[in-house]
Amino acid sequence: MYTDSKILESLKKVEQTRQERFNNKDNIKRMGADEKDAILKQYHPDYKEESFENLKIGVNKGEKVPHELADMLQAHSRVANLDLDLTKPDYDVDVLVIGGGGAGASAAIEANEAGAEVMVVTKLRMGDANSMMAEGGIQAADKPNDSPAIHYLDVMGGGHFANRPELVKKLVSEAPEAIAWLSNLGVEFDKDENGNMITTHGGGTSRKRMHACKDYSGAEIMRTLRDEVLNRGIKVVDFTAAIELIKDTEGKIAGAVLLNMETKDILIARAKCVVIATGGAGRMHYQGFPTSNHYGATADGLVLGYRAGAKLLYPETFRYHPNGAAFPEQILGALVTEKVRSLGAQLVNRDGVAYIHPLETRDVNASGIIRECSDRDEGVETGNGKAVWLDTPMIEMIGGEGTILKRIPAMYRMFAKYDIDIRKVPILVYPTLHYQNGGLEISTNGMTGIKNLFVAGEAVGGIHGRNRLMGNSLLDIIVFGRNAGKESAKAAKNTVLKDLTLSHVKDFENELAKANIKTDLVSPKLLPNYTKQKNI
Amino acid sequence: MNTVDIFLFGKKYTVPAELTIMKAMEYSGYQLVRGCGCRNGFCGACATIYRIKGNPELKTCLACQTKVEDGMYIATLPFFPLVKQVYDIEKIKPDQMIMMQLYPEIYSCIGCNACTKACPQSLNVMQYIAYAQRGEYDKCAEESFDCVMCGICSSRCPAGISHPQVAMLSRRLYGKYIAPACEHLKERVNEIKEGKFESLLEQVMNKPIEELKELYNNREIEK
Repeated sequence: MYTDSKILESLKKVEQTRQERFNNKDNIKRMGADEKDAILKQYHPDYKEESFENLKIGVNKGEKVPHELADMLQAHSRVANLDLDLTKPDYDVDVLVIGGGGAGASAAIEANEAGAEVMVVTKLRMGDANSMMAEGGIQAADKPNDSPAIHYLDVMGGGHFANRPELVKKLVSEAPEAIAWLSNLGVEFDKDENGNMITTHGGGTSRKRMHACKDYSGAEIMRTLRDEVLNRGIKVVDFTAAIELIKDTEGKIAGAVLLNMETKDILIARAKCVVIATGGAGRMHYQGFPTSNHYGATADGLVLGYRAGAKLLYPETFRYHPNGAAFPEQILGALVTEKVRSLGAQLVNRDGVAYIHPLETRDVNASGIIRECSDRDEGVETGNGKAVWLDTPMIEMIGGEGTILKRIPAMYRMFAKYDIDIRKVPILVYPTLHYQNGGLEISTNGMTGIKNLFVAGEAVGGIHGRNRLMGNSLLDIIVFGRNAGKESAKAAKNTVLKDLTLSHVKDFENELAKANIKTDLVSPKLLPNYTKQKNI
Repeated sequence: MNTVDIFLFGKKYTVPAELTIMKAMEYSGYQLVRGCGCRNGFCGACATIYRIKGNPELKTCLACQTKVEDGMYIATLPFFPLVKQVYDIEKIKPDQMIMMQLYPEIYSCIGCNACTKACPQSLNVMQYIAYAQRGEYDKCAEESFDCVMCGICSSRCPAGISHPQVAMLSRRLYGKYIAPACEHLKERVNEIKEGKFESLLEQVMNKPIEELKELYNNREIEK
């Protein structure tokens, strides 16, 4: 419930202008290319030079990453001072999947299907992942007025043409097949009575190709994949983190050192192939931003891969989702699905003005909010900083009464808990750290430059260029997760491992010393530490 | 700062009144490993039971979604031993038999409605179990759709039913076998297999970046 007098005063203006904004909703101008460039450069956090530094060691030496990531990439290994016997592994498998989200589950299912012996390790539970929280949907060009080529152009434009073309081609070409695969597993997509997919726009799409499962899209996909992993009897070792990759004496990947998160036992997994599916990094809180990410999103895979010599691509670019909840404080940073904007809710400033087209790409819209709340001084003071309105009642005006409960029940539920009925009153939003656009570089077979080291999901860099469109992340975890599963199973068949070694870790420690980096930090981070803190 | 007194596993802590139970635990010094997942109400990791001092009623919630109250006695339920039966989704059929085979205990429901009362998502759990008993998987799927599989319902069930797993099976049966098939999807998958879009895609890929930008900036956007 809104009780603050300033918030209420602004709310009144939003209500007063609603009918007129509704009448003019098709006339809100979209920005031109130059206008977009200018707003990004001036307001997007990726362009804030003082928040970044150049790496001093490793394959990306001299390239910039956020300070918080540099600290982890250039920290000590958790195994540096351990005396480990690698000759008697606790686990010995064909394919080791690190991470229990959508990409990891998809990889595990396909590797299992291909006949490989697979094991999944995850530092929390299977399904504790950003995949579970993806609300909006999954893109695929499966309607008659759409095609993979049109999808391709949207992805490239959204990514500022920095995407790896061959990865984008794979993403868009295999998208319909990914939807079919999920449907066949029993995922319930929103359909009409004839079976046609109910699809909407997302920011930056030129066709309505966003498929959804109400606003539990990711949860519905994730719980189904998890169920399938369990049905197949795939070994899942939960509450166990990978803390270092192991190589063999030929330099191939050969497994990982594992840490039981509860007992702190160290275990050795030998594997012919490893799939890094560790997800994102929101819990690194780059530039102090709140995050929509799950508890374990700490860039672990980037650290493991980097220390083993795999290259990072665009590690300096992040998605700040424009719709982070800014009120009430209990849900600060939580994601308000972009579908709210797809369904017609406008972004409105303190004075009730719809200052931007709601379906500009996410980076542009995030920058727009930061502009309203800084230079333009048109933000609403929430008590936790400034924010703008997302005018949810407009959804019911456009789609008819009942649209909100039918299409975005999770959002209704999230705010109803705090006595905010989003059918009747708008909500306050501010950008939240949502997605790691960059990550480890792969070829189309999913492999990094290190033999038999595969990556899938948010830990990959290059698919989305410098900015991902809504609905392409659920898509990429399926397409590239399955791909990594198939390819790793294939590679495992032709692999003979030599003796296991951690010499690359020693080499990395030497590099740290040579570069005169003095640090007490160890990495990967594994979990954020929120103890004794009030605002997270 | 407004504060409240809460009792974590019986031990008293004083915390800011506006915190959620999860944040209050962290504020009190807990570094969570169990009982914390998405922190946004989607994953069901933080099932919690509590009583308010002086009130005998046992309450249930998700710790990440619930504000602390004064005199709250809190115990988390980070794991509950649900029964998950394995099956081959390709081989089973969406008939009543499959439920009888895999989850026969649902027919022992005594109608106490404790599951529904305990659901932190306000689902009508007993109703969806009734649908599952009758093999009405479409209704069970719809009624259970917002389930986060936290397991609180099962912790309160005298019949030993694993409600979230029953719902999971129903949804997969519905999604795969009962929901109307999507023809345009089938067609598009075939077209792609036949290579129908290959040359068009190659054409776009091979354009110089300036031309690609031009194409992007002037592309037609569906209304």
